[in-house]
Amino acid sequence: MRFLPIAFVGPVMRKEFRQIRRDSRSLVFMILLPAFLLIMFGFALNFDVKHIPLAVVDQDGSRLSRALVEKFATTEYFDIRATLDRTGDIDGLMAREKIRAALVIPTTYSRDLLAGRSPSVQFLVDGANAMSGTTAAGYAASILQSHSQKVTLNALAKHGLGGMTRPLRTEVRIWYNPELRSARFLVPGLMAFILMVTLTTSTAFSIVREKERGTMEQIAVSPLRPAALIIGKLIPYIILSLASAHIVLGLGWILFGVAVKGSYFLLLLTIILFLVSGLGQGILISSITRTQQVAFLLSVLTTILPTFILSGFVFPVRNMPPFIQAITYLIPAKYFLVSLRAIILKGVGLAAFWDQVLLLAGFAAAILVLSVASVAKRGMSGE
Amino acid sequence: MKVIRSVLWKEFVQLRRDPKLFPVIFISPILQLILLGYAANLDVKNIPAVVCDLDRSAASREFIGRFVNSGYFSVEAEVERMAEIDRYLDHGDAAMAFLIPRGFGDNLAGRREASVQIIADGSESQSASIGVNYAALVALTFTQKIVFEAIERAGGSGLSPVLVKPELRVWYNPELKSRNFMVPGVLGLILMIMTTTLASLGIVREREAGTMEQLIVTPIRPYELIAGKLLPFVLIGLVDTAFVISVARGWFGIPIRGSIALLVLLCLAFMLNTLGIGLFVSTISRTQQQAMLTSLFFIMPQIVLSGFVFPIENMPKFFQIITTVIPSRYFFVIIRGIMLKGAGWPELWPQAGALLGLGTVILTLSIFRFRKKLD
Repeated sequence: MRFLPIAFVGPVMRKEFRQIRRDSRSLVFMILLPAFLLIMFGFALNFDVKHIPLAVVDQDGSRLSRALVEKFATTEYFDIRATLDRTGDIDGLMAREKIRAALVIPTTYSRDLLAGRSPSVQFLVDGANAMSGTTAAGYAASILQSHSQKVTLNALAKHGLGGMTRPLRTEVRIWYNPELRSARFLVPGLMAFILMVTLTTSTAFSIVREKERGTMEQIAVSPLRPAALIIGKLIPYIILSLASAHIVLGLGWILFGVAVKGSYFLLLLTIILFLVSGLGQGILISSITRTQQVAFLLSVLTTILPTFILSGFVFPVRNMPPFIQAITYLIPAKYFLVSLRAIILKGVGLAAFWDQVLLLAGFAAAILVLSVASVAKRGMSGE
Repeated sequence: MKVIRSVLWKEFVQLRRDPKLFPVIFISPILQLILLGYAANLDVKNIPAVVCDLDRSAASREFIGRFVNSGYFSVEAEVERMAEIDRYLDHGDAAMAFLIPRGFGDNLAGRREASVQIIADGSESQSASIGVNYAALVALTFTQKIVFEAIERAGGSGLSPVLVKPELRVWYNPELKSRNFMVPGVLGLILMIMTTTLASLGIVREREAGTMEQLIVTPIRPYELIAGKLLPFVLIGLVDTAFVISVARGWFGIPIRGSIALLVLLCLAFMLNTLGIGLFVSTISRTQQQAMLTSLFFIMPQIVLSGFVFPIENMPKFFQIITTVIPSRYFFVIIRGIMLKGAGWPELWPQAGALLGLGTVILTLSIFRFRKKLD
């Protein structure tokens, strides 16, 4: 009998299903929480740094300096929130986060410009948020540069050197996501993030709960093998999570227009591999902990921040130092994310990301083996 | 007071019973902080790029040289045909491509408009927009140079080109390191996750185990019970804060420019909120599993909609209104203000007030519900 663990998968599965069904709120949460979070985050989040609140101190107050201010006012990158008389006032506004940047035009601006000297202006940036700070500084540099170019070309035209207008035209093409819409970029990332967190936590209790309630001992004296126990516990959650993942996918399409460009079959394959990884991680955590409190903490701590930060969702992996890059190989969401972007946004075939799928499959297999080994080693009695 | 002390003692004994709890509570935040402190890096440099130079003239080579020397891009490959760009971007081996069409050099020399194409992988829209921005800047500088040269050749005619030079001053975080922004945020996050989940699951467990009823029949008054139950988590939160702050400062050298006393005080105000939410979750959950999923429901928005990574001012108006009831939103401004900006009470009182107000409301409501459940 011990050579036939498969025979026990069915009963364990049925028991787990019955247990899930008994708690209808948890069931609804498990299926709908990811969808709810996707809707909320998908609409709320935006990576585009635009409408940066700006303060202007125009000490020059001339026609020329107003032209420069006008230049900042007309772009969608900056919103002029305050026009100040003294630079001293910038401090307070920036500390209270009323503004994120300030433009100071010195008194000598128009004089320099009319004399043909190059004037300088001050641009102050709130660097606390490095991300929007960098972007703001970049926008300002571009605006100033194109403004100087215009000034120079105007002067040239006045001297009869007209033909020189715009010697170089740069055409920018954005592939895969032409309007650089954050939603398109965010939806795959959010999917990986939300699914990982909800998946891992929903199975985190599966074994530890039985330990706390003492039912694990009953299972231990039965002829059930660890592999059958874990597979039996996993299957109901895979079915539920598949439903949940499809709701998320459907919503991504209906609400955010993120249609699947590539093959659905490939997508299904990577989703299942990812589900097994996430659920397996939950079961593993469950098997090495003794109380539900610790199991939950561990699963939240090992999913939320790592998936958010180490997967490439927010921060590009290639920017990380090598030893952190090595650690990212332990984050299944990383493989999932690369594959999702390839399938959903780029619509490319397996040739472009087979390595990711393979790594994901390897991770899923390793997690399963580890959790079976952990249950076998610790004995099913608990400790 | 004595009663509170004995409830507190009982709680600690109970927490100690699981030998894995304390390592998880105290070591994992430090590990997380160190890992994430290194990983959180948005300083987009060396964006992998491919170059397709169809012109092969001196001008095109100079143009490409400017991109390479800017430090923003690293040229992974030079390809001969446009179609090869596809492969690099599809496989994710390059995130940008520069295409210089035939005739580029001749057009420039003949004072006709020349054009170049900059292609970016938009599936990583953030790096793409930063990359495009850099590329545009490099192209503009190049253009400027051409204009200047043309003016010189034209004999100047008393004209000299002008350039409005930006003098960039970056405040609070002069090197624009993402780490300085993220690490204080991680402190807020860890504090919230720890206290909310510990409180909610701890109380539900007692109810599941049936020991809550035993506590009710003792002469402990409800407020003593709640105080005794929540105080251990306040202590844990404070110890975690101390750990995280020392690592942030000692390991990563992130400054603490403001007052530490104010920081601790406002951490306490923040915990009013997080523990209040934990208590509230415990009153609406029967099992620990329900408590867990419900806490998740409250925790996730506090991470994503709080300005931890995604700036609130970029959100649609409707969501900006929702964020006003998210406590961590105020805490992130406070902690970054104190640590990076050296902000004090004059700058932070609105946030502190909001935290205190929200915390009082949440905690009062939860205590009210908790007492009703006891009766």
